[in-house]
Amino acid sequence: MTHSHEPLIKLEGINLHFGRNHVLQDISTELHKGCITTLIGPNGAGKTSLVRVVLGLTKPTSGKIWQENDLRIGYMPQKLQIDQTFPLTVERFLKTARACSQAQMLEALKDVGVESLFTQSIHNLSGGEMQRVLLARALLRDPQLLVLDEPVQGVDINGQLELYNLISRIRDERGCGVLMVSHDLHLVMASTDHVVCINHHVCCSGHPEHVTNDPSFTELFGVQGGEQLAVYSHHHNHRHNEHGDIVPENNCQQKGSC
Amino acid sequence: MPDFLLFALLGGLGVAAVAGPLGSFVVWRRMAYFGDTLAHSALLGISIGFLLDINLNIAVIFCCVGLALVLVTLQKQRMVATDTLLGIMAHSALSLGLVAVALLEIRVDLMSYLFGDLLAVSQQDLYWIFGGGMGVLLLLKILWQPLLAITINEELAHVEGVNVPITRLILMLLIAVVIAIAMKIVGLLLITSLLIIPAAAARKLARTPEQMAIGAACVGCISVIGGLAMSWHFDTPAGPSVVVASLATFILLYSLPVKNQL
Repeated sequence: MTHSHEPLIKLEGINLHFGRNHVLQDISTELHKGCITTLIGPNGAGKTSLVRVVLGLTKPTSGKIWQENDLRIGYMPQKLQIDQTFPLTVERFLKTARACSQAQMLEALKDVGVESLFTQSIHNLSGGEMQRVLLARALLRDPQLLVLDEPVQGVDINGQLELYNLISRIRDERGCGVLMVSHDLHLVMASTDHVVCINHHVCCSGHPEHVTNDPSFTELFGVQGGEQLAVYSHHHNHRHNEHGDIVPENNCQQKGSC
Repeated sequence: MPDFLLFALLGGLGVAAVAGPLGSFVVWRRMAYFGDTLAHSALLGISIGFLLDINLNIAVIFCCVGLALVLVTLQKQRMVATDTLLGIMAHSALSLGLVAVALLEIRVDLMSYLFGDLLAVSQQDLYWIFGGGMGVLLLLKILWQPLLAITINEELAHVEGVNVPITRLILMLLIAVVIAIAMKIVGLLLITSLLIIPAAAARKLARTPEQMAIGAACVGCISVIGGLAMSWHFDTPAGPSVVVASLATFILLYSLPVKNQL
């Protein structure tokens, strides 16, 4: 797949101060259509702050943000805590994304492999199920850009791989841009086109293999860390669905990078 | 049925129908103490109304809205924790109200403002209750989706294009209006109970926010009928009787052998 270089969002020289903390320092980057960009960096490096700037939740102290007109963003928050007093079924929750038919909602749930949860209460879902429902909701908005803040939090290791595969499949099918935040680099590498490694400033960025060989990356994560974070590149010949059953891999075609 | 009882019934049902859906938001967004604080400032509104010689309902609405704005501003300063701030405001506002009533030598029946005087609902009160109530319900209907969106998650709502501060402000305004019109029914010390007890009771059987909002309105209406009947037969004060009836409904619903809907 040749990657189209249509930018969805451009950040130029973004600076963000919280009091005396210079959280984001002169960050410039672009998010492209059909491209999965992964933001990595140690704890407290400003990953979530940068995502909030992209989403318009935090106003940067200085810098320019350009975004395509009427950009539709599908946002999947890190965690969605819904108060127990708020009665909500998966069906009703999906309807809050936009007015849509039952068929469309079931389609979105099927896309992420949890159509059986349709009538369930949102309070009964496991961590992994909730992440998938959140993803389905984001998809219902037919986004041009998907923003996922630590999408695999609270999901076991197989579930994590499954979710990352799912995210790259969604990108392939819909051609939307994706911005992800992650610290488990070794898992996310295989399904990423572009990595931006930040520690308040952009340490290095580029293709996953390029980034893992970059000296500043090794410096940030340590030599051993760098080795542990070696690119995860083997491919499964089957997947598991949400019940843990084996589902044969029907789409082995690997897409190229951008 | 004597007129005063009919007026009381209509007034009570009108308030309960509005307090149910709005009370659901108070429960979901954990605003019980906030509602209480606004209600406590109502007496201050009454004395300001007397002082400026304006309609008392309007004076109460403005006083509640003013306090809500002050609260939001102070909350942003983060000088003290929110519940401390609410505690300070609630009791200061009530005391200021009581002091103002004494200083201005206003001749009011304090008990009726504090605990309501349902049996004294006049035709003019009914206009206020139904006019204000319809307005609140209409706004709730129009803003239902954004209100649900900010209740689920404010940041998600913002990303999806909801104007979060305005929506939140309108919700506060609606609560202020409901407090002003409900004060006649249960009094400013008991208003919050009419907002949260029916909503909490309806939670037991509800699976969607809409079911809970409508269920809360129904529980509220049952409580008003039950409370009035109790007041009529046993000569108990009407406002507190309504609250006792809603508590009884709450206990009854939660002791039903029905699995919690979650």
